[in-house]
Amino acid sequence: MEAFLNNSGAVIDGFTWTIRLTAVSALFAFLIGIVLTAMRVSPVPLLRGMAAVYVETLRNTPLTLVLLFCGLGLNSALGVSFAETTQWNVYWLAVLGLSAYTACFVSEALRSGINTIPFGQIEAARSLGLTFMQNMRLIVLPQALRSVIGPLGSVLIALTKNTTVASVAALGVQEASREMKLMFDQGVVPVIPTFIGFALGFLALCLPMGYVFGWLSKRLAVVR
Amino acid sequence: MAATSLVALENVNKHFGDLHVLRDINVTVDRGEVVVVIGPSGSGKSTLCRTINRLETIDSGVITIDGQPLPKEGRGLARLRSDVGMVFQSFNLFSHKTVLQNVTLGPIKVRRKSKAEADKHALELLDRVGIVDQAEKYPAQLSGGQQQRVAIARALAMEPKVLMFDEPTSALDPEMVQEVLDVMTSLAQEGMTMVVVTHEMGFARRAANRVLFMADGEIVEENTPDRFFTEPGSARAKDFLSKILSH
Ligand SMILES: Nc1ncnc2c1ncn2[C@@H]1O[C@H](COP(=O)(O)OP(=O)(O)OP(=O)(O)O)[C@@H](O)[C@H]1O
Ligand SMILES: [Mg+2]
Repeated sequence: MEAFLNNSGAVIDGFTWTIRLTAVSALFAFLIGIVLTAMRVSPVPLLRGMAAVYVETLRNTPLTLVLLFCGLGLNSALGVSFAETTQWNVYWLAVLGLSAYTACFVSEALRSGINTIPFGQIEAARSLGLTFMQNMRLIVLPQALRSVIGPLGSVLIALTKNTTVASVAALGVQEASREMKLMFDQGVVPVIPTFIGFALGFLALCLPMGYVFGWLSKRLAVVR
Repeated sequence: MAATSLVALENVNKHFGDLHVLRDINVTVDRGEVVVVIGPSGSGKSTLCRTINRLETIDSGVITIDGQPLPKEGRGLARLRSDVGMVFQSFNLFSHKTVLQNVTLGPIKVRRKSKAEADKHALELLDRVGIVDQAEKYPAQLSGGQQQRVAIARALAMEPKVLMFDEPTSALDPEMVQEVLDVMTSLAQEGMTMVVVTHEMGFARRAANRVLFMADGEIVEENTPDRFFTEPGSARAKDFLSKILSH
């Protein structure tokens, strides 16, 4: 216990990075996911094809490989860099990998949400003279989004836990599980209680997400 | 001819795969005219309506609205569509928007009216179709007849040149049919140009200038309502009328 308390600064620091990584990746994943979804239902076959290839490729690649690619491929081999300091550079590389990967799941969720909208509404919007983009923005996406808030909650929970892969997969990004491993490496903390402590930390992050998204999905459900 | 007609279809053909759904259709609708389209199920009535604002593409022929050919896609098409109002059998109101928002969406987003102006006009239209007190409700909270009247107000809010109705009362409980027909009849009397697919013969007799009888993708007969219902010229129309009248 004493050892754990002595390390509480590192624990808090770790979870702060986890939250930061999750929030920023979630934001980008959401934006990329919306663009992918619009592309996948667009009237332009080329855009549809590109989005489908993207989603099917990344969705079926292990996240470890995606993040390794960001670290070793983009950064080491191709020299892509996002920041001066290593700490922030690997952070943004991890955000890139996590959001590119998670966007696929956001897009799949939204696409299933689009399927719940009666097609007649989309035709009605067209017949009013709305353009494709207006139709997406005003009719399709708002309804699709509201019908998949539950599944998007699951995507966010998965993302939160997936941030732990970022430190393992060559990037060495700061996040909670890395702090835990560092503590073990120093050999100053009891193993089992520390494991439980970190697991509870993730539970404390993810459990409320599930509840909040469940509550939101009921509140915002579109009545047909 | 084309210069005076509001809607003109010339030699329009359309296939769904092997099925020839529209065969050499030639139709004109003049300003202020009310045309009722009638015919057996599967004869192509809905398809005809839907080609007029290009919800369905055509294989050959020309469709013009107010002298302008229908653009294939893009903003030009969107603009032309906004001049052709459409009322569907299944209402198709936007479920996530209130009644008022359903009616003001097009004017604000397509016609670029201010919200205040759009609201004012929408409330007048809702008043006219008798549901102004429901303006803040969502579609799912209304009866079918009320929803269809909202759909008519939504179409009218665009101040379209012509209004298409595809079996607007077929999905309604019998007691709600009249309230919708009353609205349509008053529109017809005020000079709205309308194309109406319907089997409501009372409406056709009261409001239509012309009846088109369709069968197997063709316009088999074109007549005044009185003549059509009392002495149809074609055997197909006689047969069809005897079936629906015996109900
Ligand atoms: N999207 C489509 N794909 C394939 N076939 C279609 C499609 N839409 C309609 N059809 C077919 O085209 C024919 C004409 O259909 P349409 O809906 O225009 O008929 P209708 O006269 O409106 O019939 P109803 O009175 O039943 O509404 C029918 O045989 C129908 O099955
Ligand atoms: Mg039909």
